[in-house]
Amino acid sequence: MKEFAYQRAEDVSGAVALLGADPDARFLGGGTNLVDLMKSGVERPGRLVDVRQLPLGAIESTPEGGLRIGATVTNSDLAAHPEVRRRYPLLTQAVLAGASGQLRNMATVGGNLLQRTRCGYFADVTKPCNKREPGTGCPALEGEHHNHAILGASEHCVATHPSDMGVALTALDAVVTYETADGPGELPLADFYLPVGDTPHRETALPPGALITGVTVPPAPVAARSRYRKVRERASYAFAIGSVAAAFDVSDGVVREVRLAFGAVASRPWRARAAERALTGVPAEAENFAAAADAELAAARPLRDNAYKVTLMRNLVVAVLTELAEEAAR
Amino acid sequence: MAPTTSSAITLKINGQNYPLTVDHRTTLLDALRERLDLTGSKKGCDHGQCGACTVLIDGRREVSCLNLAVAAEGREITTVEGLARGDELHPVQQAFLDLDGYQCGYCTPGQICSAVAVIEEHAAGWPSAVTGDVRPEAGPPPLSAEEIRERMSGNLCRCSAYVSIVQAVSRAADTTAGQRRTEPAGTEPLGSGDTGRTADAEAAA
Repeated sequence: MKEFAYQRAEDVSGAVALLGADPDARFLGGGTNLVDLMKSGVERPGRLVDVRQLPLGAIESTPEGGLRIGATVTNSDLAAHPEVRRRYPLLTQAVLAGASGQLRNMATVGGNLLQRTRCGYFADVTKPCNKREPGTGCPALEGEHHNHAILGASEHCVATHPSDMGVALTALDAVVTYETADGPGELPLADFYLPVGDTPHRETALPPGALITGVTVPPAPVAARSRYRKVRERASYAFAIGSVAAAFDVSDGVVREVRLAFGAVASRPWRARAAERALTGVPAEAENFAAAADAELAAARPLRDNAYKVTLMRNLVVAVLTELAEEAAR
Repeated sequence: MAPTTSSAITLKINGQNYPLTVDHRTTLLDALRERLDLTGSKKGCDHGQCGACTVLIDGRREVSCLNLAVAAEGREITTVEGLARGDELHPVQQAFLDLDGYQCGYCTPGQICSAVAVIEEHAAGWPSAVTGDVRPEAGPPPLSAEEIRERMSGNLCRCSAYVSIVQAVSRAADTTAGQRRTEPAGTEPLGSGDTGRTADAEAAA
């Protein structure tokens, strides 16, 4: 690991100023991803600005009836919060589906959104990687890619975003708030992650030096009936090979409103808008769920070894929506 | 001027202050093992994937291999060495011993620290990924074998002593719950630095 300076930020503006004064500096939150990447040499900061102790650790109701989640709230506190569990059960389920109890006690909401892909080539500094070193190539295209992207990828990068939490927040139309030297700003999560294109090293639309201060989740009555379901290669403590966040309002057997987002299929949490359009106003029946999934997955471009994900996601959508529809009918 | 890459810090571990100067690259795990001779916490993967280095920080379980020592200053750290009161083992330690919750023992300190926190998290009403209904109105799930397996999934045991580990955590949870019932009202909330040591153990010490 490269040597680095370490400072604790006193407040938000101080944190932004410390980062702005050193182009080689990075913010340190829970460290579950950054410290690990520093050990492997993928990240080589010259300075860490510790923001974990900043006063951004609260979860508060907004006047509109949503929740404002501070950036340093840990995954554990987010998942356990009574109002999160009551209003957005899919968000609690998504957070609890990720990592381990130990890591959820460390990891923060801001850091979760900014975590890097778990692509093995990205993590191995002896291999080329367009995300880590632009222009060096992507060995995953022809190599080990059974858990890589099927949607929205490019010939330059097929890595997936590993977050579970982000998938639920994407379904909930969450908005990221941040602070820069020029003042505060905000970005809907839908616009937060950049398209891959030929710049896979540019991952988010955050301005340079910005500090995420929190995430605002709008009120979503539809989320009262919601679910996050994650498929992985072992029963617990593994990254997804596919996941679905779904919220569903069905009455008289007809879909009134639906939210769908997919995880582990793209470089970002994937909002399934084509599927949502296909479902709205139609009878809540399995064949319509399958047709909606097909509408979304028509854009899938699987690689040699991950075409199974197209079938997996289709089955997941049908299974989760069927469960939610059965709940609604009870 | 080159930036400073080391700091003089004080770590508070098992109630005792340890002043030391650390290179900022030093993890809490390496500080414990290599600098402070607290070798109970084990290095397995060193990447946060195995749980052998689990300690309690401000009353919550964390992996010490992904915590930087310099960032741990000011926090209350409890290692496996700090769980017993003299010769009286913590209920989780006693249950692992009584029920053979290990084989080679390398992962055991991490398993025990994790289990202490699992019992606290469950008592605080935290749901898990296998909890059917996470809404607070549903109430806390019983600490079934399925719940224990999920909550302990961050601790790997390469000897695969999982069957006995689950039994040990279950028994320790029962023991702790029994002791809680005999305690006066107003137990410490989760994350206050409480390590799950019970009033009975305090009284016996």
